[in-house]
Formats: sequence, C-alpha cells, structure tokens
Amino acid sequence: MLNISIFKRVVIILVVVAGLVYAMPNLFYPRVETHNDAVVAIERAGGETTPELEADLSAWPNWLPSSLVNLGLDLRGGAHLLAEVQVQDVYKQRMDSIWQEVFPVLRDARDIVGTIRRVPTEDGTLRVRLGDTTNINDAAQLVRALATPVVTITGTGSTNFTVNVEGDEIVVELSEAEKLATDDRTIQQSLEIIRRRVDEVGTREPTIQRQGEDRILIQVPGLGSADELKALIGTTAQLTFQPVVSRTTDPNQAPGPNNTLMPSIDEEGVYYVLEDVPVVTGEDLVDAQPSFDQNGRPAVNFRFNPHGARLFGDYTAENVGSPFAIVLDNEVISAPRINEHIPGGSGIITGNFNVEESTNLAVLLRAGALPAEMTFLEERTIGPELGADSIAAGEIASVVAFAGVLIFMALSYGWFGIIANIALILNVAMLFGLLSAIGATLTLPGIAGIVLTIGMAVDANVLVFERIREELKNKRGPARAIDLGYEKALSAIIDANITTFLTAGILFIMGSGPVRGFAVTLGLGLITSVFTAIFVTRLIVVIWFERRRPKTLEV
Amino acid sequence: MRLKLVPDNTNIDFFARSWLSLGFSGAMMVISVVAFLVFGLNFGIDFRGGTTIRTESTQPVDVGAYRDAIAPLGLGDVAISEVFDPSFGPDENVAMVRIQAQDGDEAISVETVQAVEDALTGYDPSITFPSVESVGPKVSGELIWTAIEAVAAAIATVLVYIWLRFEWQFSLGAVIALIHDVTLTIGVFSLFQIQFGLPIIAALLTIVGYSLNDTVVVFDRVRENLRRFKKLDLKEVLNLSINETLSRTFMTSFTTLIALIALFVLGGDVIRNFVFAMIWGVVVGTYSSVFVASAFLLRLGVKRDWSKPDAEAGTQFGNAEN
Repeated sequence: MLNISIFKRVVIILVVVAGLVYAMPNLFYPRVETHNDAVVAIERAGGETTPELEADLSAWPNWLPSSLVNLGLDLRGGAHLLAEVQVQDVYKQRMDSIWQEVFPVLRDARDIVGTIRRVPTEDGTLRVRLGDTTNINDAAQLVRALATPVVTITGTGSTNFTVNVEGDEIVVELSEAEKLATDDRTIQQSLEIIRRRVDEVGTREPTIQRQGEDRILIQVPGLGSADELKALIGTTAQLTFQPVVSRTTDPNQAPGPNNTLMPSIDEEGVYYVLEDVPVVTGEDLVDAQPSFDQNGRPAVNFRFNPHGARLFGDYTAENVGSPFAIVLDNEVISAPRINEHIPGGSGIITGNFNVEESTNLAVLLRAGALPAEMTFLEERTIGPELGADSIAAGEIASVVAFAGVLIFMALSYGWFGIIANIALILNVAMLFGLLSAIGATLTLPGIAGIVLTIGMAVDANVLVFERIREELKNKRGPARAIDLGYEKALSAIIDANITTFLTAGILFIMGSGPVRGFAVTLGLGLITSVFTAIFVTRLIVVIWFERRRPKTLEV
Repeated sequence: MRLKLVPDNTNIDFFARSWLSLGFSGAMMVISVVAFLVFGLNFGIDFRGGTTIRTESTQPVDVGAYRDAIAPLGLGDVAISEVFDPSFGPDENVAMVRIQAQDGDEAISVETVQAVEDALTGYDPSITFPSVESVGPKVSGELIWTAIEAVAAAIATVLVYIWLRFEWQFSLGAVIALIHDVTLTIGVFSLFQIQFGLPIIAALLTIVGYSLNDTVVVFDRVRENLRRFKKLDLKEVLNLSINETLSRTFMTSFTTLIALIALFVLGGDVIRNFVFAMIWGVVVGTYSSVFVASAFLLRLGVKRDWSKPDAEAGTQFGNAEN
C-alpha cells in the first residue's frame, strides 16, 4: 500500500521547490533589498533611471522572486505611534457651516423670533438664543427644514442634524448616523493626509492603518525616533488667511462678536484679534515650496487654486492698506499689510523660520491639513542597533536550536531521524517562503515562533515514527508497519495541530503588533510542518523503501 | 544503538497515586492564586501604562546614581534595573528605566523623555538610548481586557473543538488541564515578579496550544484503545494509552525544550521572559496532559457503548459535525 501516484509525487515536489524558490531571496537579504528599492525608485521617477539605480537594479535578477520577509520594527528599528483622532473637533466645524445656513433663515424670520444670538459651546452643538420665545417652536421647525436625510444601510428617516428647544435656545446637534459618517470621513482623511506626509519623507514601507473606531497606527521603519514622526504628523497644519481687526498685548481682551483672539507665534505677548471667517484656507492651496524672501531669510512660497486665487485677489483688491493674518493651527505666523492688489494667486509666507522649519512647513502645507487634532496614546522608538542585536541573537539561537534538534533526532531515530531532519530543513525553508510570499512581517516574537516551530515540527514525524515502532513490535512487516504508522498517526496529527492552529488564529485576531507576528509564524509553521510530515517525509520514506526493499526495519 | 528517553514497553500505573498528583496540582494552583492575590503581577508598560527607556553605556550601570539623576524631575515612581546578557561585551552596560504613567490618556510627552535623557546624559556622557517605549493609560487598560478575552476565547474554542471531536468528558478534562497550566504560569510570574508584558500573553496562548497538543495525542490514543479493548477497565485503558504515547510525549517535549533553551540562553534579553514562560509552559503542559487531563477523564468516566447510532460521533475524522 506504499503507493503514491506519480501525479501526487510531482505536486509534492513542486510545492517544496516553490517554497524553496520563494525562501531563497531571504538568504541574500541586502542585495534583494537594494534591488527592490531601486525598482520602487524607478517607478516613482516615472520609469527614468540613473546609472546608480541601474547598478542597484542588477544586484538581483528580475526573473527571480524578490519578495522578502519584512522585518518588524523591533528588528529593523524605527518609530511607532498610536494616535487617537479627536473626531469631535470636526463637529464644531460642521456646526460653523450649519450656522451659516441657519442664520439667514432665522434672520428672514426676525419679526417673529426677535434677536438672534449664537451661544458659544464646547460640546459640538449649536445653540441659538432667541429674543422672542413665543414662536420658538415655529423657529425650530424652520431650522429643522434645513436638515437633509442621511443615507445609511440601517438608518431610514434619520437626518444629518436634530433640532430641539431648550428654554429660550434652539439646540442643533448632529444625529448619531451623521456623527458616525463624519467620524469615518475624518479618519479616512487623516489616514490619507498622514500617508502623504510620511511618503514625502520617503522612508521604506511605512505601516499606516486604522485601528478600531478612531485610532491610527503609524509605523515607520528607519526613522530616528517617535519624536521626529510626531513632529511630522502631530501638526494639524490648518492654514488660514484671516482679516485682522486689531493687535493687542492683553491676552484676556474680549475679541467681540464673531472675532477671535490668537497669539503670535514669534512675538511673545502679542495677540491679534481676527475675524472668525477666513478669507482663504489651506484647502485652496495647490503647491507650497521652501524658498527665501528678498532678505534671504527662509520662507515658504505658495500657490492657490483658481478658486482660492479669486478669493484672495478680490480680498486684497478691496482691502489695500489693512493687515491680514497668516494663521497656522491657531497661531499667527505673520500679519503683513496688504500693499497692493495681489492677483495670480501666489504668495510667500515669511516668519521667523530656519531652513528646516520652512521645509517642514512646505511639506505639511503640500500634504494638506489634518481634519482634526490627534493625541498619541502609544509611542515606541527602537534603535537600529538594538534591532540588529536582536536579529543576531535570534540567528544564533535559531542555528543552535536547529543543530540541537537535528542531532537529537538522528540519535533517536537513526535513518528515519535523518529523513525527519531533511523534512525539518525543508519545513523551515518553506515557512520562510510562505512568509515572503504573503509579505508577512517578522518580529522578535516571530523568531521565537519559528524556533518553537523547529521544536514542534518534529512532533508529527515523531508521532508517525513511534507508531511505526509500535507496529513493528506487533510483528508487522516493514511495508505494512510504515503504512499503518502513517494511517493511524494521522488523526492525532490533525487533531493536535488543528487545536494549536485555533489558538494561533485567536492570537492573530486579538493580538496586535509583535504578538500578531508571532501568531503568523506559529500558524504558518503548523501548516508547513503538517505538510512536510504527512507528504514530504512520507514521499522520502516511500522512495527509499522502493529502492531498498529492506527485509527488516529499525526505527 | 538508539538514544531512548523512555524505555520500550513501559507499564507505569499513572493513577496509583492520582490523589497525590491531583492534590499537588491543586496545591500549586492555590499557591499561584494566593501569590497572584498577594503579590499581583509585575505588569509591564503594555498593561499599566508608563514609559521604559533602555540605556546603554560604556560605563558600568550605577542604579543609585541614575535614580538620583532622574529624581529631581519629579516623575513619580521610577524603577531602574540593570540588564544582564551573555552576549553583552564589557563595554555594553544596559539598564531599563521605567517611569510610571503620567496624567492624562496620552503617552509620555517628548519634553519629559528629553528631560530624562538629558538628566542621564548629564551623569554619564557616553550613555545612549537604544529604545524608548511609552504607552498611555487609556490603551494599557484596553490591552489587559483584550488579553483576558484572548485567553478566554482560546480556551472556549478548544472546549468546543474537543467536544465535537471527542466526548464532553475529554473536553472538560482538557480544559481543566489548560486552566491548570495558565494558572501555574501566572503563579510563577507573580511569585518571582517577572515582568508580565504583552508578549507573555502570546506565550500563554502558545502554552495553551502546546499543552493541548499533548493532551489531544493522549486522548486520541485513549479513544482508539477504548474501541479496541471494549471490556478493559477505563483506568487500564488510560494507563495503556499514556504508556504507549509516553515515548512520543517525551521526545516532543525534549526537542521543543532544546529549541527553547537555545533561545533562552542565546536569544537576547529582550525576549527572555517570553521564552521563560514558554519553557515553563512546556514542562507544566506535559505534566498536566498526563496527570491532570487524564486523571480528570478517569473521574468523569466515558461512555463506552460504541454500538449506539451516535457512536460514530468523533470517532472518525470528517464526522465532526455529527
């Protein structure tokens, strides 16, 4: 019964070879990495190459697989941040725009509602106080008519905001459905902006992903520290151009209705009273580049899109002689006087920058503003040397573990032990092949997972060999013993590995970061070890048996 | 000649003193729980928030001087410990500085980290900071729950799987063994105050997987022998099955331990606790699959009448859904 059809043999051998081929690039890690970087660089440059890139490209042949096991942050070094997006920031902006709609409607109904005043709030609601409350319900009805239906999968009939009456105030609040939709949009935008900013810096394989409701995980290998990363993505970079009402040194000055007080970024103790509604915002920017002003000081050149250019041109034409403020994240960078009409939609931001700051600001403005602020819940910096040490230690440990297991197996099972050893080597190679093919990330616990796999991978073979031994003890012939050994050990192998695989699956679903890396190597290791035990060693045993036809068997 | 960990044809009665082994296991579990309640766990920053800074210097580590350097910053609880590893050269003096979580939800501020680094550099100019990790209290609280959920989910899944594949008595026996293993592991971490971080949860789940692996192999043989020796006493069947699989149990535990010990000694200090948990788990898991899982199975009893129509349930692979 020791027959394995030719077809099966070919498939088994092909799978093993494919595993080996995919694992191979990892043996030449630096060369393949140079090659891959060159490929990316050429792609970015739109197909243009330089001699250096060509040289890098030829470090590894194009026709060979070039996917590598990614090294996790703990092995390569780099920065890790877990940011929470303050999604409720956006509610306030939404309320501002709703106010722009509500105000004209109520103003037209002034004869029934009396005076209209917006009450400042901190909780993301819009409160409008009416002078005459007799018709407040009718007024609320007018506001309610402005709400538009929200399209959701479940919610029918819900509108984008709700309107209630509390005392002499009309309270407008975003509906739950609208909040969810807004949150989702905020996170998506934040992800996009962060990705653009990190890409501008141009590091290799950053991880930027959403985690849970309102969190974003950012991992950038090779970056010096989490602080640098924070400087890059921690700034909202909301740029606005706002009309200046007055300048003051009193931080407690009442700015008056529809105005705000903002500090100057450079001049200590100087504050500006600005109009709330900006003339133009950073959203209308199409480009920003670091440059120098006429005095040779670092500055940032910017250009508006046609919409922004028109607004900016019109405003400067009408307000020659009055100052306007360039505001970044609620701080006034500068407040120059408009000397003349500025058509064409380009300008320059000057301030007290050094070259690095102006370059950074340009990057931030180009990438766009984050829709909301972020707080950082978790940050980790791992130095590249520590990562290199960990890899070195992991390598040595793996080699020693490997050697120990190989020797022990050979001593315990003789020739069959050597077959199991071949399978073990193939197993680890295939595990690497699989990890590379799916682009998995190897972390330090992941290395531990591989070492554990080395230890446990022999289990399936041990089960089979012990079973063959038992069958031999029961006076079975060699062929029959081998056959029964595989047949009877199968259910134990399958059950034992499925249960372990289930726990690896749970680890993968619930774990994060390094733990997940461990789950991946453990789970894939189980798959390859079962495959090698029930197909590969069996094939080797069968081929050996067919050639030798031994009369007796010693396992 | 073959190397043999276990002699051929063993015939050990594993249940002769089962009250002793179960009593021992029970006592160990009680000690673990008491240790956990009295000493608690030495949670890493993953679970209680805070910041760890790894320092490396060519100068010897002076914990007292480091503490004095940081003390003026008023950061609350600061724990400093020197790290030893055989792979460190004479110029590598490594220490871990742990600072408690500061107010608010956020991770530690850039300024605070900088202040600590400046203070330490002031004492020892050659000092470098290979890693800085900070976790805010908001996340760490969630991580604890995720970890507990993960372990509970793993145990529940296993309970269901073994129940489907075997009988409920097997499933219960296996799960009691798992709880035993996890409790004892938490016990040893609590007793020796070894730092308990996120990777340890991964180790715990691996222990669950490994211990189960062992238990299932024994149970698989029990199931087979129950069918083969219909008239044999359950105790005899269990003893026979454990004896038959004893060689394999030792072989696998031994190869796994070879690999893990290599990793423990040579794998560097960063994952040492993690590997320690796994080594402990392999030893405890091997023990428990024989002395806890099987002993419970013996006490619970097993339905022996395989001629009933539903007897196929769990006797053959592929019939799991029956």
